Amino acid sequence: MIKVTNLNVSYGAVKALRDVSFEAPSGAITAVLGANGAGKTTLLRTISALVEPQSGQIFLDDRNLVGMRPEEIARVGVAHVPEGRGVIGEFTVDENLRLGAIAHKVNLAQGIAEQFELFPILKERRKQYAATLSGGERQMLAVARAMIAQPTVLLLDEPSLGLAPKVTFDIMTTIRQLCESRKLTVLLVEQNAKSALRIADFATVLHVGSAIASRPAAEVAADDSLREYYLGMPSS
Amino acid sequence: MNGFLTNRILSDVLYGITNGVTIGLVALCLVLIWRSTHILNFAQGPMAMFVTYIGLTQMDHGLGFWPAALICVVVGFVFSGLTERLIVRPLYSKAEINPIVVMVGFFTVLEAVATAIWTNIPRYPVAPFSSINFQAGGNPTALSPLAVFQIVLAVGAMALVTVLFNYTKLGLQLRASALAPEVAKLLGVRVNRLLTLGWSIAGVVGAVAAVVVAINPSGMSPSMMDGIFILGFVAAAIGGLESPLGALVAGVSLGILMQFINDYWNSNYADLIAVLILIVVLMIRPQGLFTKNTARRV
Repeated sequence: MIKVTNLNVSYGAVKALRDVSFEAPSGAITAVLGANGAGKTTLLRTISALVEPQSGQIFLDDRNLVGMRPEEIARVGVAHVPEGRGVIGEFTVDENLRLGAIAHKVNLAQGIAEQFELFPILKERRKQYAATLSGGERQMLAVARAMIAQPTVLLLDEPSLGLAPKVTFDIMTTIRQLCESRKLTVLLVEQNAKSALRIADFATVLHVGSAIASRPAAEVAADDSLREYYLGMPSS
Repeated sequence: MNGFLTNRILSDVLYGITNGVTIGLVALCLVLIWRSTHILNFAQGPMAMFVTYIGLTQMDHGLGFWPAALICVVVGFVFSGLTERLIVRPLYSKAEINPIVVMVGFFTVLEAVATAIWTNIPRYPVAPFSSINFQAGGNPTALSPLAVFQIVLAVGAMALVTVLFNYTKLGLQLRASALAPEVAKLLGVRVNRLLTLGWSIAGVVGAVAAVVVAINPSGMSPSMMDGIFILGFVAAAIGGLESPLGALVAGVSLGILMQFINDYWNSNYADLIAVLILIVVLMIRPQGLFTKNTARRV
């Protein structure tokens, strides 16, 4: 479980997050929605300590993550798939996966086998440089590399970005399965509200740095004013 | 072709290789630091010189060559790591000119301090290898036991670095920290430590290069690395700054070429021609001759 309370983040004079509070329970997907510049990526980067908050708390279960360094946060089970996926193009698929396991006490061979079962295409590509993969394959590699560390929390930043609808659909379905089978806490940042709400249990809507709604996903999906004004989805 | 001429050519190639491997080691050291932190370490020559003085002057107090060389390597590891941690790290977020200015300043300081402590009169640490050439059929060859030792050392260091970077877990983390520090942190890699370690490994390679230079007949002096650093820099740039193998191949090629220029033309032209080659290579292939042309960062 991730619990954020009164989080404030500024870049110089610009306030990126204002008093954001919400909870993301384990075994569920919490979507973080909002327009460009709403603070979604900043929220994930603050949880991973890539950005330092001015004030506020971030709890992973009972542990306060504020003040820890990014690599230590990764080591306590928070996996972050960054915007643009973050696969290392100069590394092969295999090397990317091995790097994912490197800081964790996990069985590497078994972990790689599990990921290949989940994403069979990666097995075919295992000797290829990640730079030669398609966008969808890179996203699969990024998720596989995160999952190989057996995290309890998965932070996903715009996994659908630049992907065909069918590929997005498949990846979202896999994330849903992973969440349920591993009792993961998933925080899913998306601009594509429609595909995110399809698989999410809860949704938090950010608007210029403030959380204006945190509710079950179905309620957010049914709220015409949220849909129209903040999520860019025409009312049904 | 008569026997004398082929002999002369063969000798030049062998002498060239012997000098070239040392150039290659200096280039390798530059490449390691460039790859890990994207800094051109202009102080690398004096840093290696300094640790070599610390180690090899222990021979004056009766220490053997091998223990003294080991001190050089250990001090090289620590000194280079400390340099990264204390002097270089505050510069990462600064403009590119800052590390250049600081490292050139460090260059001057180290040479001045070394001269103050040990004077600039050359010393001649004696390695347990003769610099007298092997004999073959009553004639001297162009290869001495010392030269063989230098070649073995350089190729060995090169091989160890390649294995470390490409085939170990540590190497994977070192490369990831260099290529994508933020991603590496998100995967739990302790990037800052690895950047320091990258400098330490380069410090070891630098110490090996400086020991090889110091046991040459020309001896050890505070400015002993200056000339070879320029050639090493040219070799590293020709090799593309990213490729350890490129550094060694370019270093050896440059060494052989320099030897031919010395022997057949005029030794005063050698450095000038090295820099001319660099300019031509940078004009034709700015990414270097050995850099793969694959897609870069994603």
